[in-house]
Amino acid sequence: MGSKRVSLEVSEVCAEAVRLADVDVVAAYPITPQTHIAEVLSEMVADGVLDAEYINVESEHSAMSCCIGASAAGARSFTATSAQGLALMSEMLYIASGLRLPIVMALVTRTLSAPLSIWGDYSDIMSVRDCGWITLFAEDGQEVFDFTLQAFRIAEDERVLFPAMVCMDGFHLSHVLEPVDVISEEEARDFLPVYRPKYRLHPSDPVSMGCFAMPDYFSEIKKRQDEELKGSYPVILEVWREWEERFGRRYAPLMSYWVDDAEMILVIAGGYAGTARLAVEGMRKRGMKVGLVSWKLWRPFPLDDVREILGKAPLVLVVDRALSVGGAGGPIANEIRAAFYHEKVRPQVVSMVAGLSGRDVLQRDFEAMTKRAMELAERGEIPYYEMYGVRE
Amino acid sequence: MSEERAQLLKGFTPKKLPREEYFGPGHRACQGCAPAVMLRHLLKVLGPNTVVATATGCAEIISSPYPQTAWKIPWIHSAFENAAATAAGIEAAYKALMRKKRIPKERIYVVSLAGDGGTADIGLQALSGALERGHDCIFICYDNEAYMNTGIQRSGLTPFGASTTTSPAGRIFKGQRTWKKDIAAIAAAHHIPYVATACVSYMKDMYAKMIKAADTRGPSFLHILAPCPTGWRCPPDMAIEIGRMAVQSGMFHLYEVENGVKRLTVKVKERIPVKEYIRAQGRFRHLTDEDIEEIQRRVDEEYERLLREAGEMA
Ligand SMILES: Cc1ncc(C[n+]2csc(CCOP(=O)(O)OP(=O)(O)O)c2C)c(N)n1
Ligand code: SF4
Ligand SMILES: [Mg+2]
Repeated sequence: MGSKRVSLEVSEVCAEAVRLADVDVVAAYPITPQTHIAEVLSEMVADGVLDAEYINVESEHSAMSCCIGASAAGARSFTATSAQGLALMSEMLYIASGLRLPIVMALVTRTLSAPLSIWGDYSDIMSVRDCGWITLFAEDGQEVFDFTLQAFRIAEDERVLFPAMVCMDGFHLSHVLEPVDVISEEEARDFLPVYRPKYRLHPSDPVSMGCFAMPDYFSEIKKRQDEELKGSYPVILEVWREWEERFGRRYAPLMSYWVDDAEMILVIAGGYAGTARLAVEGMRKRGMKVGLVSWKLWRPFPLDDVREILGKAPLVLVVDRALSVGGAGGPIANEIRAAFYHEKVRPQVVSMVAGLSGRDVLQRDFEAMTKRAMELAERGEIPYYEMYGVRE
Repeated sequence: MSEERAQLLKGFTPKKLPREEYFGPGHRACQGCAPAVMLRHLLKVLGPNTVVATATGCAEIISSPYPQTAWKIPWIHSAFENAAATAAGIEAAYKALMRKKRIPKERIYVVSLAGDGGTADIGLQALSGALERGHDCIFICYDNEAYMNTGIQRSGLTPFGASTTTSPAGRIFKGQRTWKKDIAAIAAAHHIPYVATACVSYMKDMYAKMIKAADTRGPSFLHILAPCPTGWRCPPDMAIEIGRMAVQSGMFHLYEVENGVKRLTVKVKERIPVKEYIRAQGRFRHLTDEDIEEIQRRVDEEYERLLREAGEMA
């Protein structure tokens, strides 16, 4: 039996991937817009189609703590959250990475309060940029499915051993119905065998995990964590190649379109890339040399891809759905700028912040931002950043 | 209860204690540290098929400076407020992995270990969640009555009147201004199978309770008073004696709640005045005789309530 095409809400798609991963422990606490994932998984456990312990924790902090305990004991562990939940568990995110536990999390992205808003943007994920997790941005339901299964395989690889999260836009992606190719249980087992940890908490071979480090060891440990997280990059590419061979879908850290002759490349992460693609397609038809990058791999940061692909055009427009308040504007834009600072040839980078808290960014908005970016560049007046489409 | 353990309690003497050490010597506790004594004996009771999740605090800091460890059993520390949740995750993992035949089916004791702060203050929510969900874990609060690891700051379990670095005795306030939170009663309110208080100075009683906790299926909670000479400001060789005085004066009570039934396990026939207990420690040095009388009144009241609850008084 091979893959089959189904039509499912993307939250269910995520849960189905988790079921196919045959996870052992799920610990989750509900928060909009993550709720459907937590609900569907608990239904699966209640119906016996997923043989896992489902821990109804009393908070996201405990959700991640349970995953840490479970993963340390050798269980394949999963959780899902959004915004406030991510903020509440953020202490534990750093610890999961430092302890090198291959936990997988779905982050249904949502804006951080205040004002309270259940709608989507990337302020949550950007607030934990430095937590040491492999981080993937999904653009559609198929990517949510593929990335979730891949995340377990990558995270558990002995050359990696880092937690991994798959980000999907709250509502705009999590709550829409999409046709998705779902692989069979045999295919899933083949791609993702049972997790056999190198070390686990078990009396047969006692280990201590989570010792404290004094300054004379700390920096060495951090350096290794940094190098090894970066070292997961080739493994990710390897898993993506294998996935393509098995299932025919190809992935790259930055998926790029029409970039080779582009005079400007538009960069965006997540679900809004779909609209951006339509906008770019339209502009191309009108003879404008615009390219597009849909960002997939956020951590480890794909430095070489950024330099190679975005270096092709003299101008880059980055549309960030998060704002570093009182700081440097768009987080992705600034990492791109930093990546190019020492390059001899580097594009100009226009940073626009748009689509906060789920505000629509339509085709015409992408066109307007493109026009504005080109004008600013032409005038030589590129600002640090700009917020797009905000009423005065 | 296993035959071996039952034998241990008959004619309890130090000679009969298991010789194996699973909490290794060479850890970095202060001299006379009763929490360290407690840990050593806990692992003697539970043996090698035990995994411990420890909260940040003295128990963690004294035992795990990278690249060393004092733990000869599997051990994890992840954060301060989440020992109960970490233990819950371990227990759930074993359950799933044993059911799915990924690891051999056997009894592994899963222990959540936290200080008074890690249990009753910042860790209370995670503890409550874990107790309510019924994880098969032993939850231990070693109570040294302050945040010792960070420099003797007050906790919700610091006794009234004690001077700590955040409840200092000053010109206006006389140390801690709140009464000790009843964490064992809070645990018992979750209606778990076994709750007990213990004190390192009552070794046999503590062993009996650790054994019962081990034999319990489902959550058990032990609140263990463990004097800290550094924070209580007493000579290291007085720690065990002061623990005994805490019980003898009625400042701390030894009881258990088994399936909802409360029972005094150590009955004090003639209580000593709390003054004796208080005057033995530097942390109460500033208290006047009148202050101590107020504490005595409160202790008397609580003692009567305890006797009533334990069916010792009509
Ligand atoms: C979230 C968080 N807040 C504060 C701390 C600082 N901290 C570490 S241990 C500790 C006190 C521990 O007290 P207790 O649980 O009573 O254990 P003890 O050190 O007395 O053994 C504090 C305040 C921390 N590590 N994490
Ligand atoms: S401060 Fe107290 S509890 Fe901590 S190690 Fe020293 S004696 Fe033990
Ligand atoms: Mg303490």
